[in-house]
Amino acid sequence: MKTMHKSPWLLHYDGSSCNGCDIEVLACTTPVYDVERFGVVNTGNPMHADIFLVTGGINSQNEDVVKQIYSQMPDPKVVLAVGTCACTGGVFKECYNIKGGVDTVIPVDIYVPGCAARPESIIDGVVKAVSLFQRKHEEEEKKKNGRHRK
Amino acid sequence: MVEALWGRIGMMAAYAVFAPLIGGLLDGIDRKISARMQGRRGPCILQPFYDVAKLTKKQLLSVNKFQLLMVMSYLFFVMLSGALFFGGCDMLLCFFSLSTAAMFLILASTSTHSPFSTIGSHREMVQMMSYEPMVLLTAVGFYLATGTFRVMDVIRTDIPVIAYAPGFFVGFAFVLTIKFRKSPFDLSTTHHAHQEVVKGVTTEMVGIEYATTTVAEWYENVFLLGVVGLFFVTSNPWSYLVAALAVFAVYFIEILIDNTSARVKWQLMLKLAWGVTLVTGGLNLFILELI
Amino acid sequence: MENLVALLIFLPFLLALFPALISNEKVRGLTVYIGGAIIAVCAVVTAFFWFADGGTMVFDLPGTEMIDHIILAGDFVLMFIIIWLSVKHHKTVISLLSIVQTALVVWAEKFGPKVSAGAHIRLDWLSFIMILIIGIIGVAIGVYAVGYMRGYQEHHRDVKDRRRFFFSMIFLFYGAMFGLVTSMNIIWLYFFWEITSVCSFLLIGYTGTKEAVDNSFRALWMNLLGGLAIAVAIVYAIYMEGTLNLYDIIENGKNMGVLVPVAMFAFAALTKSAQFPFSGWLLGAMVAPTPSSALLHSATMVKAGVYMLLRLSIAMNGNYVGQMVYIIGGFTFFAASLLAISQSDGKKVLAYSTISNLGLIAACAGVGFEETAWAAIFLIIFHAVSKSMLFQCVGAIENTTGSRDIEDMQGLAVRFPKLAFILMVGIAGMFLAPFGMLVSKWAALKAFVNAPSTLMVLFIVFGSSTTMFYWTKWFAKILGLHEKRGKDLTQMNEYISMYFHAALLILLCVSFPFLSKHVIEPLMVDMYGVSGAVITDGNIAIMVIMICAIFVVPCINYLLTKKVKDKPVIVYMGGANVGDNKNFIDSSGEEKELTVSNWYMTEWFGEKKIFRPSVAFGTLILVVFLCVIIGGAL
Repeated sequence: MKTMHKSPWLLHYDGSSCNGCDIEVLACTTPVYDVERFGVVNTGNPMHADIFLVTGGINSQNEDVVKQIYSQMPDPKVVLAVGTCACTGGVFKECYNIKGGVDTVIPVDIYVPGCAARPESIIDGVVKAVSLFQRKHEEEEKKKNGRHRK
Repeated sequence: MVEALWGRIGMMAAYAVFAPLIGGLLDGIDRKISARMQGRRGPCILQPFYDVAKLTKKQLLSVNKFQLLMVMSYLFFVMLSGALFFGGCDMLLCFFSLSTAAMFLILASTSTHSPFSTIGSHREMVQMMSYEPMVLLTAVGFYLATGTFRVMDVIRTDIPVIAYAPGFFVGFAFVLTIKFRKSPFDLSTTHHAHQEVVKGVTTEMVGIEYATTTVAEWYENVFLLGVVGLFFVTSNPWSYLVAALAVFAVYFIEILIDNTSARVKWQLMLKLAWGVTLVTGGLNLFILELI
Repeated sequence: MENLVALLIFLPFLLALFPALISNEKVRGLTVYIGGAIIAVCAVVTAFFWFADGGTMVFDLPGTEMIDHIILAGDFVLMFIIIWLSVKHHKTVISLLSIVQTALVVWAEKFGPKVSAGAHIRLDWLSFIMILIIGIIGVAIGVYAVGYMRGYQEHHRDVKDRRRFFFSMIFLFYGAMFGLVTSMNIIWLYFFWEITSVCSFLLIGYTGTKEAVDNSFRALWMNLLGGLAIAVAIVYAIYMEGTLNLYDIIENGKNMGVLVPVAMFAFAALTKSAQFPFSGWLLGAMVAPTPSSALLHSATMVKAGVYMLLRLSIAMNGNYVGQMVYIIGGFTFFAASLLAISQSDGKKVLAYSTISNLGLIAACAGVGFEETAWAAIFLIIFHAVSKSMLFQCVGAIENTTGSRDIEDMQGLAVRFPKLAFILMVGIAGMFLAPFGMLVSKWAALKAFVNAPSTLMVLFIVFGSSTTMFYWTKWFAKILGLHEKRGKDLTQMNEYISMYFHAALLILLCVSFPFLSKHVIEPLMVDMYGVSGAVITDGNIAIMVIMICAIFVVPCINYLLTKKVKDKPVIVYMGGANVGDNKNFIDSSGEEKELTVSNWYMTEWFGEKKIFRPSVAFGTLILVVFLCVIIGGAL
């Protein structure tokens, strides 16, 4: 199906951050940026989500939570790390309780740098994630068909 | 007689095929209009179809497989009630079948033992309790106006039902806000800002399950808007145009209400819904029975 | 036929002796089975012969004169029992009620003008249905009771083992009910009526605790009030109308507007069917062991009340008595269903739902149209079967899990699938779309729209929405998730009885069009001279399709989804689950168990809030209407 990319639903999770990126993510949904015009819906529920958008780093407390939420998302799914903290741990990296970026616990597909990440670059990241989402789905289909042929 | 029967079966089939298309399109229009009301561009009108198409393609994760079964039964009974309505059957039967359908939705969401969907399903039950009296009264209103509960006989009337039953119409339009899950009465699950408790009933529905629920909702919406239209339909073919306009007007007003009001607590919803039912429906009923 | 009916009525009295005399548990159980089987066979054979002959039958039993004397003596025996027990428990005032009514009846019968009573027994369609209900459902409850009471005495060691007494009471109940639904002589009717009052009083007080005794006396005085009303009706009938025939009274009420005796009978029926303001006794009856609740709530006792109302319904059409009955009935339907929302005790929910359903039946009978009578009879049949089944099931659940609280039934479908299945069929029978209750609600709604009665239409639409609420939340609870599977302690004979009910209920639903055509419609012709099928054939066909759909669709969907590949996942709790669906990490970092509870909204629908005003409202309606009726007659 070619229309998978037209309906990317986001799950936004905020790790250990200063909340700057979160505000920017929310800004994307305001009339100025209106991310819904791409069909993006900001769900609060992993069961409905296609794109896992994480802001902020991973600490010892939210490590399990992030893993669990990731496991509750149905395939195909894309992980998007937004902001420097989510990409690498950022300014908090050396703290005693910080493990680092999101990729220390789950596989990240797309990195959106910036402190805080600009709404434009977040939307850009989301659009990239969307095409990856479509590609992942097509690969899955191919694999399934291949299995059938055997 | 035989032809009439085939006509009715044809209507049922048409409903089964076209209702999701119309319902989805209406949903798309709703999102577009809502976006415009909020000063945004909004998604494409076909967006709801893209969403459902995507949901069907997603992997199925399930807490309790039972949920899928219940959701499918929900869809079936919603389709049945709509088909009975458009097939010209008894209105009370349609509404009873609709409440059976709603029960399957509740069973689906509580079967997971999830805190969010359990809260949602209880809110859904309170919603049912709030709108059910008015919905049944509406059928009574049609009966008092035309002397029959059968939809196929109601449409043969010469004077539109709205002339006799304006109170029932207002009351029904009021509870439609609850049925359409529009703010301020979108307690059990909502169409926007899909957050945990707010998403309620559908929290644990994944992929195909959620798609089925959405399609069932489209079927339901078309059925309910059909009831709205029935208030205006007479034996005159032009009345169908009036009915269509009325349906759009009501739908637009629902969207407007959705975008201009804040979600209430269930207590207020119950009070309001029952109060409006008593005042509009009850008064209209009383007057119709007097004359 | 005469002999058969005599056997039907008096055999249970005789059989009541056996369990009372036999102390060996096994042998006693056996006699209960055999006795029950004999009674059921008797009932079915009587019904069958009557059906084969067709038409109303009026006749006397062999030895009527002797029975007259026995009944007179019986009245005194009942009075002495009541006096003795009420003095013993320091409630002497209550015995006054009994003394007054017995004195009234005996005085009117012995010293009043001599009236020819005509025949004593009448069999018609309504008695036919009632005989089958009592004979089949009632006996099935007896079978269930044997196993249940064994478990009950094991669980409740503190309760004195009075099972011998218990079973003989149950047999007495059968006999009294058979007598009640076949008698046309009001002296007989009064006697059987009193037996049911006293039996229920004794059954409620079974455990002998203070609560049980208090509740049993509450039941007694309320029912005696009804008995008193019948006594007044008897005196009135003898002196003013010169008849002892119930059907003459009904005819006079219908044609000549002699409403006082009709109103008195209706009043008695309201007490027996636990309408507001008399609902208290049926709720109190919950302290008794489950079989007696099942018996009181489904096949007997309360059914005696609605049976009487249905009999009277032709005389209640369009007059004050009818208005009194249907306003109280409609109000009870709504108020009791509101009250049921706030209850978490399974038996109490059932009790309120019984009261609520009886309210609907009373309302249907009170309006007195043929459509509503049609609905009322369906309600009686479906309610008897599903309620009996539900009580038995809740009793079995209590014996197995040690609790009858709905909150403890979480995931019953996983833990005890067999019990859950029965519970679900029963609940479905009570409210789900195409089942019996709904048919009746539908017919009632149509009839009240035609009546026309704004108030009643409102009561029904609001009442059905609240009914939906409390059943749905119970139903949803059963189907939830639960991990462990417990040991089912339910005895074989309990299951036999419950499966029998379930099969019967499903059979009734499927054979519903047949039932309507060949049983209820002749009954309508019998009562009204016309047949009033409210629901057209086409709609009946659709409903049968729906009934099938409700069973078949989930099954088909089960088969469809069986093959669907899914990945199990834990429920969403904001990512804070501890790896399963039961525990999560709370804000202080501790593990905590998740409990999910139903809504009861006590501050809105609680007993404290609604019960008293409802009783007050019921009393008000009753007093005002009785004043008008009696004042109008003077």
